Amino acid sequence: MTTAANGYKWVGTRPVRHDGLDKVTGRARFGADWALPGMLMGAVLRSPHAHARILSIDVSAAERMEGVKAVITGADLPELESEAASGGEAEVDFRDLSRNILARDKVLYAGHPVAAVAAVDKRTAVAAAAAVKVEYEVLEHALTVDEAMAPGAPLLHDDLFTKGVEPAPDQPSNIASRYFYEHGDVEEGFAQAEVIVEREFTTKAVHQGYIEPHAVVADTGEDGRSVVWCSSQGHFAVRSMTAKVIGWEPGRIKVIPAEIGGGFGGKTTIYLEPLAVLLSQRAGRPVKMVMSREEVFTATGPTSGTRIRVKAGADREGRLTAATAWLAYEAGAFPGSPVGPGGMCIFAPYEIPNVRVEGFDVVTNTPKVAAYRAPGAPMASFASETVLDEIARELEMDPIDLRLANAVAEGSQSTYGPKIRVVGCRETLQAVKDHPHYQSPLQPGQGRGVATGFWFNIGGESSATVHINEDGTASVMTGSPDIGGSRASQALMAAEELGIDVILIRPTVADTESVGFTAMTGGSRVAFATGMAVVEACRKVVAELRSRAAKMWGAEEEQVEWVDGSAQHRDGSHPPLTLAELAEASAQTGGPVTASAALNARGAGAAYSTQVCDVEVDRDTGAVKILRYTTAQDAGRAIHPSYVEGQMQGGVAQGIGWALNEEYIFNGSGTMENPGFLDYRMPVASDLPMIDTVVVEVPNPRHPYGVRGVGEVGIVPPLAAVANAVHDATGRRFRDLPMSPVRVLAALDEAGD
Amino acid sequence: MARVFLASPLRAFTGGEAEVEVEAPTVRELIAGLDERFPGLGERLSSGTAVAIDGEIMSDAAYLPLPDGAEVHFLPPLGGG
Repeated sequence: MTTAANGYKWVGTRPVRHDGLDKVTGRARFGADWALPGMLMGAVLRSPHAHARILSIDVSAAERMEGVKAVITGADLPELESEAASGGEAEVDFRDLSRNILARDKVLYAGHPVAAVAAVDKRTAVAAAAAVKVEYEVLEHALTVDEAMAPGAPLLHDDLFTKGVEPAPDQPSNIASRYFYEHGDVEEGFAQAEVIVEREFTTKAVHQGYIEPHAVVADTGEDGRSVVWCSSQGHFAVRSMTAKVIGWEPGRIKVIPAEIGGGFGGKTTIYLEPLAVLLSQRAGRPVKMVMSREEVFTATGPTSGTRIRVKAGADREGRLTAATAWLAYEAGAFPGSPVGPGGMCIFAPYEIPNVRVEGFDVVTNTPKVAAYRAPGAPMASFASETVLDEIARELEMDPIDLRLANAVAEGSQSTYGPKIRVVGCRETLQAVKDHPHYQSPLQPGQGRGVATGFWFNIGGESSATVHINEDGTASVMTGSPDIGGSRASQALMAAEELGIDVILIRPTVADTESVGFTAMTGGSRVAFATGMAVVEACRKVVAELRSRAAKMWGAEEEQVEWVDGSAQHRDGSHPPLTLAELAEASAQTGGPVTASAALNARGAGAAYSTQVCDVEVDRDTGAVKILRYTTAQDAGRAIHPSYVEGQMQGGVAQGIGWALNEEYIFNGSGTMENPGFLDYRMPVASDLPMIDTVVVEVPNPRHPYGVRGVGEVGIVPPLAAVANAVHDATGRRFRDLPMSPVRVLAALDEAGD
Repeated sequence: MARVFLASPLRAFTGGEAEVEVEAPTVRELIAGLDERFPGLGERLSSGTAVAIDGEIMSDAAYLPLPDGAEVHFLPPLGGG
């Protein structure tokens, strides 16, 4: 066993994860691994058109096919009023959610579900889905913010009126809402600037790219209840959203979480679950549905493509005097792009006295966007951090020194409203500046770029139950799906509290009827919020164990301390009682020892990351090679450093893909042309060097172990870090992502390089 | 007494005032107090917003006590991936 250097015995160590063996041997059961006797297979008929009115749907031929047991369409779902609910994560409008799961009068993107079928096998189900006859009136489509905001653009929703503008518009448009924030006087601020840079940027829609496709098994019984097995980032949210969409009470549905093969935000919503529950109800048999990769790409949430304009000014010393931003984000078929968080994050690492930010949420004939790691922030940061790089060059300042001159610290006025609490922004900048990577020389033709990013992190509702077992082990039950090593981090905090070996902790992700409500695994909240619940439950257990020891000794509870996994009498009059001994005696002292905690965690600590990237550009092919990459991130406290580092590296890898290759490519009909991993080019191991990590620890005072979320901010800086490095290597600025070889080559050719 | 800082779109309700003081023990009563002074603002703030109290951002905070002199901001709701 290693003992952490931070004064803790378990927190900060790197034990093998409790679910590791199951995962490397294939025993772990993911969404598609479930099977039940008599199970049917489902399939979905999807729209071939980006925008069309549904004139009629005829399911009779499909229903007559041998082996087909149930067919449903949008007419089988209840009509819901527009109702926004936080659901513990991003805003959800249930009417839109329902209409995304099965189209009603219109299809709004190629891939939009129109009907679903359950049959005795997958082949029959697919054939039956194809036999559903749909008559469409094809409409003009708008795929990007430019197309959707243009005068005369085809309207996706004739009842969509822009929110957040005064006076309220009397005509519908594709602009769902406007976000606006300002403080200070930007004109005055720019008047004080020595250098002003104003630029425009675009980014393409990109997908979260989780390896595991969406998958579900639903078994709806004669009692009107349904058991659902699925992979998600929050099975309580799956329960509540599914119930809402099909018009059931949530208590009729039990969701059992499968292991999750990646989510990155994309599994914070539902697609298949209501279909499987209803098909199973119709057929009277369990129904399994598994998406193909093409379905994942064309019908589940990418994140927004964007157009962003940024203007920033600085004085001679590099102090930012003013900054403005205009952002337009694609929402996909229904409102709800992350433009709000994007606008709040765009200048957030810095204290700027005069700021104005305006953002637009724009519906487009593309899949409804879903959350993706620090939703909205990476593309915003790409714009602002590229502009800062230009300012640093104009002032002939080191880019990190420019950022240090403006970086927020405790008490700073944020650029999105409130004052900043305890944060580690400057510490991450300094960590990169001091790193051997930043000091190392570059070879001719190579370039280096830096960028800093911010993400809020959230708290929210979490529950935990801790049972002391008769053999002295402890079961730790939470409702948080483990997408990043959270079982291990919960177990480490429990081991620290209980004072027993982490191997004696059994962390379990419990179903919706076996642990209290827990909000989704998202917003980098699990180690923070669920960890807080685990710590609180463990402290209740320890109090109970002290009470049991006092009973056995005939002592007062106050005379008993809990030290290193044992009850000890303060005056040493009795030999210590270990947790195992107290567990063994528990029947005599009052029965099983167990405790629960449930809370709405407050005080999430904001996250910052600073990154440096070295690249080389092949002037014959335009390919950008990442030579070296270092990321420094404030974790507050790294409970299991390996998984903190993994989150940091994973975010960087995805951000590099976003910067260099990933994009949704549509044809003239509005159909995605690259819905597979061969043509949608995510980075693989051979594309990347080892990503060096520096875990900065500025503890969050609002968590018992100082935890901040670590899952998201790592993806924020890479877009700009890579772009700044490519500029350093080539002298060319790339303001339109991705910097794919064909674009880079065209730019170099244009420059005569 | 809490100090409430209102972002530009909310100032339509306050006649342009960017900062107002409200005596309220909880967030819920603060919103009610704001609505009493600026009709319509309460409804605007009651759904689809997060609240920041002394820099700490949270949702579902209606019954949270407000320390004296608290700085309160209303923000768009935050989720995450």
